[in-house]
Amino acid sequence: MNLLLILPILLPLTTLMLCLLARRRLAWVTLISLVGSTLLLITGLWLVWFAAQGNVLSGQMGSWQAPYGISLVIDRLSAAMVAISGVIGLGTLVYMHRQPMASEFLRDAHLFVHGLLTGICGAFITADIFNLYVWFEVLLMGSFALISLGGGQRRLAGAMTYLVLNLLATLLFLLAAGLVYGASGTLNMGELALIFRSGEATTSATLGVTLMLLAFSIKGALFPVFGWLPASYHVAWVPVSALFAGLLTKVGVYALIRLVTLLWPTPGLAHDILLWVACATMLVGVLGAAAQTEIRRILSFHIVSQVGYMVLGLALATPLALAGAVFYLIHHIIVKANLFFIGGLASRLTGSERLAGMGGLYAARPLLAVLFAIPALSLAGIPPLSGFWAKLILIRASLEAGFGWAAFIALLTGAITVLSMSKIWNEAFLKPHPNGDQAVQADNGPRSAWLVAAVLALMTVLLGFGAGPAMEYAWQASLQLTEASAYLQLPAKEGAP
Amino acid sequence: MEWVAAVTAGSMAGLGIWMMLDQHLIRVVLGITVFSNAVNLGVLAAGRHVGEAPAFIAPGVDAAALVNPLPQALVLTAIVIGFALFVFALSILKRTYELHGKNDTDQVTAVVEQPAPDGQENGVEQGGTLDVDERDPSAGERE
Repeated sequence: MNLLLILPILLPLTTLMLCLLARRRLAWVTLISLVGSTLLLITGLWLVWFAAQGNVLSGQMGSWQAPYGISLVIDRLSAAMVAISGVIGLGTLVYMHRQPMASEFLRDAHLFVHGLLTGICGAFITADIFNLYVWFEVLLMGSFALISLGGGQRRLAGAMTYLVLNLLATLLFLLAAGLVYGASGTLNMGELALIFRSGEATTSATLGVTLMLLAFSIKGALFPVFGWLPASYHVAWVPVSALFAGLLTKVGVYALIRLVTLLWPTPGLAHDILLWVACATMLVGVLGAAAQTEIRRILSFHIVSQVGYMVLGLALATPLALAGAVFYLIHHIIVKANLFFIGGLASRLTGSERLAGMGGLYAARPLLAVLFAIPALSLAGIPPLSGFWAKLILIRASLEAGFGWAAFIALLTGAITVLSMSKIWNEAFLKPHPNGDQAVQADNGPRSAWLVAAVLALMTVLLGFGAGPAMEYAWQASLQLTEASAYLQLPAKEGAP
Repeated sequence: MEWVAAVTAGSMAGLGIWMMLDQHLIRVVLGITVFSNAVNLGVLAAGRHVGEAPAFIAPGVDAAALVNPLPQALVLTAIVIGFALFVFALSILKRTYELHGKNDTDQVTAVVEQPAPDGQENGVEQGGTLDVDERDPSAGERE
């Protein structure tokens, strides 16, 4: 049993428990929590380094053999996802550090973020369908607590919407897991992949998997089941909504990518449907954003639109397109979380979240304008930032695969994204503040929040200039996804430790 | 026996979804519970429980007559998790009722769709810091 394999789950869980023990002193909780998430980030980077050399970690929990025991597998994609979860987790915790909140509020936030990270990391490394369900529930529990943190009419109403629709998705997933088990006799993803790849899957097993894909689509906020996301993300506390925007829907997207590449390595009916869904998601998301007038609601709709790009890569199913999807996933998590952080800073300074009530930031805080411009341009796909490369790869992959119209929709979505970002730019930064420019607060607030925004912006720039090595990693990850040898070997491992 | 379970699970799932479509939040939350129990029953019924005897493997017992224990383990896990989530949903429901005075899905949508109030510090309502009265009164007792 390799310790490195379970560290991504063990670290946030241990941190959570230690924080719970130290709950009476906020300083202790903060210290433990920051150390714990730094360790998670280091583990993630270590895993990436390990995976980049072509190693795949896999093991059985409690030494129960597959397909009976629970298998964990960390390949390139999983390692990258764990590392990026570490980045966003640490970023969120640093951002919320010293925010002017009651100490109980901050303590609870620290606890629940680690609960959420446990679930997220677990979902990224498990190779067992039922175990994936359990991790979904763990992260759901953490996210419920986080989204309703602080209370208040608006927030609880958003939490209610979030809760009902996500519970429904999770229950559908559970039902699908039960049906797939009944029809195929296994919960192990590797054995399931063997059954599907050899063409022995029964109709009921395929139906079960379809239901599972629906559940993941709700989680990942795909068209037409994305409604819960723009109805809830904008009411949460700023660091919380940034964490959600960065990581939560991407767990659904990750599960989609994992399952579809495992079960159907070559394009088929599922890919055709996903292609339509992806294009509709891109367009509806970006058009929805155009109709919004509050900064976080605009950004929430853009999450939906961006998820469409990743699913486009998945639907095309060529190695280049899958690599594009992986690259997009990483780029998007950094950029989107950063935009929410910066949106929080901007609305704090101007005293409003409505674009109409904001303004004067370019004159008052040029640094914030630069910080906003980097992820915003990256989101829209302006070279040489990371979003440009991500979109370029996907558009090229769709042209190569003969789907010119999908490439056109991707381009169109990018253009409308520019429009929407320039709307925020004009209203919040260029326009004078409606109450005069002196209405912009003189107090910058905690420095750590600015630090997080700056570091994430720097990462976007670095990912843009260092797109070569990152793309190489994504390319290898995409080959590994369809080949999936580590998964396929799971059931065959007789007497593995 | 399987078809009885299947029909029951199916009708319970239908009932649960019908309740979730209701205008009253309390029925929506109860609908989730009904649906969750339907799913549990469905997983149990779909899960290849071939035999009749409970899965206690003693020497000399015919393994083919035993019921498959795995779906039972799955459902047990799901029931525990489902219960926790239901309790959380109920607490949110109670608080929503206290704040809004009524439990109406339209009300929830209307509140979420309201423009964000100005002057929020980090999106927290009631000014900069958390109002003590706004906190869950049981929060201090947990320790």
